[in-house]
Amino acid sequence: MFDWKWDFAFEILPRLLWATLNTLMAAGAGYAIAVVLGLVLALAQRTPIRALTAVVREAVEFIRSTPLVLQIFFVFYVGPQFGLRLSPWTAGMIAIGLHYAAYLSEVYRGGIESVPKGQWEACTALSLSTRDTYARIIIPQALPPALAGMGNYLVGIFKDTPMLSVIGVAELMHTANAIGSEHYRFLEPITMVGVIFLMISLPAAGLVRLFETWVRRKLGMIR
Amino acid sequence: MSYLDFLRDYGPRLLDGTLMTAAQFLCATVLAIAIALIAGLMKLSHNRLIRTPAVIYIEIFRGTSLLVQLYWIFFVLPLFGLTLEKFTAGFVAVGMNLGAYGAELVRGGIQSVPRGQWEAAYALSLSPAKRMWRIILPQALVNMLPPWGNLLIELLKGTALVSLISVADLMFEAKQINGSTFLSAQAFGTALIIYYIFARLIVTPFMRWLERVMARRIGRA
Repeated sequence: MFDWKWDFAFEILPRLLWATLNTLMAAGAGYAIAVVLGLVLALAQRTPIRALTAVVREAVEFIRSTPLVLQIFFVFYVGPQFGLRLSPWTAGMIAIGLHYAAYLSEVYRGGIESVPKGQWEACTALSLSTRDTYARIIIPQALPPALAGMGNYLVGIFKDTPMLSVIGVAELMHTANAIGSEHYRFLEPITMVGVIFLMISLPAAGLVRLFETWVRRKLGMIR
Repeated sequence: MSYLDFLRDYGPRLLDGTLMTAAQFLCATVLAIAIALIAGLMKLSHNRLIRTPAVIYIEIFRGTSLLVQLYWIFFVLPLFGLTLEKFTAGFVAVGMNLGAYGAELVRGGIQSVPRGQWEAAYALSLSPAKRMWRIILPQALVNMLPPWGNLLIELLKGTALVSLISVADLMFEAKQINGSTFLSAQAFGTALIIYYIFARLIVTPFMRWLERVMARRIGRA
């Protein structure tokens, strides 16, 4: 290839691999927040309180239709204005966790709505508490149809972590930029970041598909 | 400084940014639709020489981040002798990224057209081009319009990244205003609201309208 320097590429590889760990950590932590918070957002839309449903619904729409990178800036810079200083990591995790929580809440909502009405009626007939109804009857059945969407967003959150570089989280993109400006060479670092992303996200997407089929088979939904 | 004062002082700049975002959105949308159509059709081809490039393109652009692609196009492509101006680099990156996602929608839309429609077109001995253009694509279009609505929202959000190669879009102006005034809540908050209005009051209603019109035109409404 044109001006590709293999020795330079090998020299920066360890740094990029370390940064990959940070990227994976950021994606994992952000996803953990999103999985829990998403469930809260989904359940908050199912309470008898109409106003709460409307507010949460609109908030989810708002988060879903505005750019993540802008939300990251917002969380990072607005805190200090009111005397609350957040580290780049904390701010980044809050922003990306909240963003994907909004997406996951829609996935959960679809899952919950796919549970047949008879299941709810049976719970009422057995006079199960709301807590038991959700925890033991509805959510276990709502989960399998939601798994595909959840897996896709896990890959999605991984691919969105480069946006954290804008507030200085030392993940892959940030490290590649730093290497680029130290050595005045952007060809190798940025290309290698792209290749690393491909090497992780393609197998991950494949695994998500396999896992989905496995769960469906386990539950007897397909043979 | 009250919020109204803020809007009076910085409103015009945010408006300029919004116009730039709208320009990026339109250019990227046109490019994404063209690419989605071409790559989606290529992926359905039975000829491996035609299908493979489309598959590689789709997997690369869906498997990496938009930000990585944007930086690659802006910083690395010039090393291969192809220098794009930042405005062009911006919408090309966004359009190529979302075009890869759109290609899958095109493929799915075409595959969702019932077999009988293909067979009927054969029976009437329409040419392959005519069959695709007059029979299959219009029906595929109606099927895939709802997911395209979501995709265009993603595309709008994607355009915010072009601010990182200093295209003066809405995000860029908000960042500049924040840098000079430290009024973060006002600057970023207003930008968030403008993006929201753009998505909820312009893009989504337009797509709903288009869905209704197209459904009526092929006699489904």
